[in-house]
Amino acid sequence: MDLRDLVNEAVAGMLARPVRTALTTLGTVLGITTLVVTLGIAATAGNQIVGRFDELTATTITVEVPEDRTAIVPWDAIDQVVRLRGVTSAAAVAESKQSANLSVRSNKIVDPARVTDRTLTVVASSPSLPQAVKGSMIEGRFFDAGHLARKDKVVVVGEHAAEILGITRLERAPAIFLGKHAYTVIGILGAMKRERDLSNAVMVPPTIGRQFGIKDVTRVLINTSLGAADLIAGQAPLALSPGNESLLQVIAPPSPTRARDGVQSDVNSLFLILGLVSLVVGAVGIANVTLVTVMERVAEIGLRRSLGAARRHIAAQFLLESTLTGLTGGVIGASLGVVAIVGVSVAKQWTPVLDLPLAMTAPLAGAVVGLLAGLYPALRAAHMEPVDALR
Amino acid sequence: MPEPVIVLDAVSKEFPADPPVRALSEISLAVRPSDYVAIMGPSGSGKSTLLNVLGLLDRPSSGSYLLDGIETTALRDGERTRLRGSRIGFVFQSFHLLSHRSVAENVMLAEVYRKGTTKRGRKHRRARALAALDRVGLSHRVDFLPDRLSGGERQRAAIARALMGSPSLLLCDEPTGNLDSQNTDAILSLFDDLRDQGLTIVVITHEAEVSGRAERRVRITDGILTEE
Repeated sequence: MDLRDLVNEAVAGMLARPVRTALTTLGTVLGITTLVVTLGIAATAGNQIVGRFDELTATTITVEVPEDRTAIVPWDAIDQVVRLRGVTSAAAVAESKQSANLSVRSNKIVDPARVTDRTLTVVASSPSLPQAVKGSMIEGRFFDAGHLARKDKVVVVGEHAAEILGITRLERAPAIFLGKHAYTVIGILGAMKRERDLSNAVMVPPTIGRQFGIKDVTRVLINTSLGAADLIAGQAPLALSPGNESLLQVIAPPSPTRARDGVQSDVNSLFLILGLVSLVVGAVGIANVTLVTVMERVAEIGLRRSLGAARRHIAAQFLLESTLTGLTGGVIGASLGVVAIVGVSVAKQWTPVLDLPLAMTAPLAGAVVGLLAGLYPALRAAHMEPVDALR
Repeated sequence: MPEPVIVLDAVSKEFPADPPVRALSEISLAVRPSDYVAIMGPSGSGKSTLLNVLGLLDRPSSGSYLLDGIETTALRDGERTRLRGSRIGFVFQSFHLLSHRSVAENVMLAEVYRKGTTKRGRKHRRARALAALDRVGLSHRVDFLPDRLSGGERQRAAIARALMGSPSLLLCDEPTGNLDSQNTDAILSLFDDLRDQGLTIVVITHEAEVSGRAERRVRITDGILTEE
């Protein structure tokens, strides 16, 4: 028997009862759609969440230093951290409850019509702060090691704080009053990507911070190169404060792979079971209908046997019919699944992730379901005696 | 003298029951090429069993059956199927046409399972089907579905299918059982023509009109065959 003849007969058999065939494919369509949607949505959502772990978050480490009678982390310990391979920048910051609400004035004129006293946070920081917060100097410059050594009375104000105080230009070296003493403003720091609160703060060198009750380092900001965060999170406490590393609290970004696994396992297991159940139901449907069809076509089977069809020809025809039914269901199901994934992605403004092997395998899975479902009916048809079939 | 198409020698068929039913009892029959034989008998006489044995659809319990000189009782299932497909053309009382396929497709079906014809090419299969339909005078109904044909036309389509691949034997089981007298007459005339063209025809019937047209009549009663 020519293979083309076999395909021809099977397709003709399927199309002889188009409505029945369409209804039969429905079970497979539902099963395959559920499977494709489940796996596809999980992949899409998983990729979405991974996408949120951008470079900034994944490379940011903060070390919180508890307050103690003695300094746990000395100011020069920053140099030890910067030496670690994988650290791109680091800065130490100190603030206290006392320094959080300091009265700041930009001049001594008493204007009854205006509120001249502002309450701003004063923070002591190491000179490397602009790099550590990934900000830039809008005006002027940040203080450096020289200012610290000379104990210069200089400050840098945050972008927003400068606005509140009415400082826009630095050519005439404006001064602000922190409490009773005046300090020269040498720079305005802005465009910070982390620690955005500092935009409202006044930053002073650690050498003059003592006057406002800020003496010891309370926080260390570290930026790492991509992928080094985990390692640096482990090494930084040791570098900052050998012997006291267990007192330091490290806030490191979560590992992205773990987040993705969590999402996928949540979504998948339930819907995968649902999809497999629908597939089994679909297979039972195909088996049932094919069996009914075999019983209906007893005369046709007898005729084919009388025309010289062997048992295997009869079995092959019915097997191919059920396989094609399953394949049709698989193709439709996979298409619907892909459309659904794209639809959900559009609605949620996600980027759809289409797993090509999955989309290709799904129709095959449908065909396999049809093949398995057709086994018993095909054997029944093949074992029919031509004498009985023609009666 | 040409070799007989059918030689039955002491063929018996028993069905297992209590006591065993003997449907055919030591039947001997020879059918030569271009013979037109009618097998008559009332229902329950063993007609259908004889047809099944002749059509290689059933095996006799004992005896020998030579078709075109080939001993068939010793053949395996697959070989019998092949022989059936290539040497015997069946015509049934109820036509057995596939209702969702056109007349031409129904006729072409005869070659689907036939070994060797695929080598002759699927390409010319339709041409051969049209030739067979022409032979039975149905050229004007080639692309009709069987539902749209009259009973006589349906039987002629079935005969065209049986004629595909030039079988040695046309085996007809009550070919006019579902037809009115006018159509019966047309089919019988067709049989006459086919016989004149040299085809061997065996008709199983209980109608006197049909058997009257045959040149040779055998009667089967309670499994015993007698020549008239």
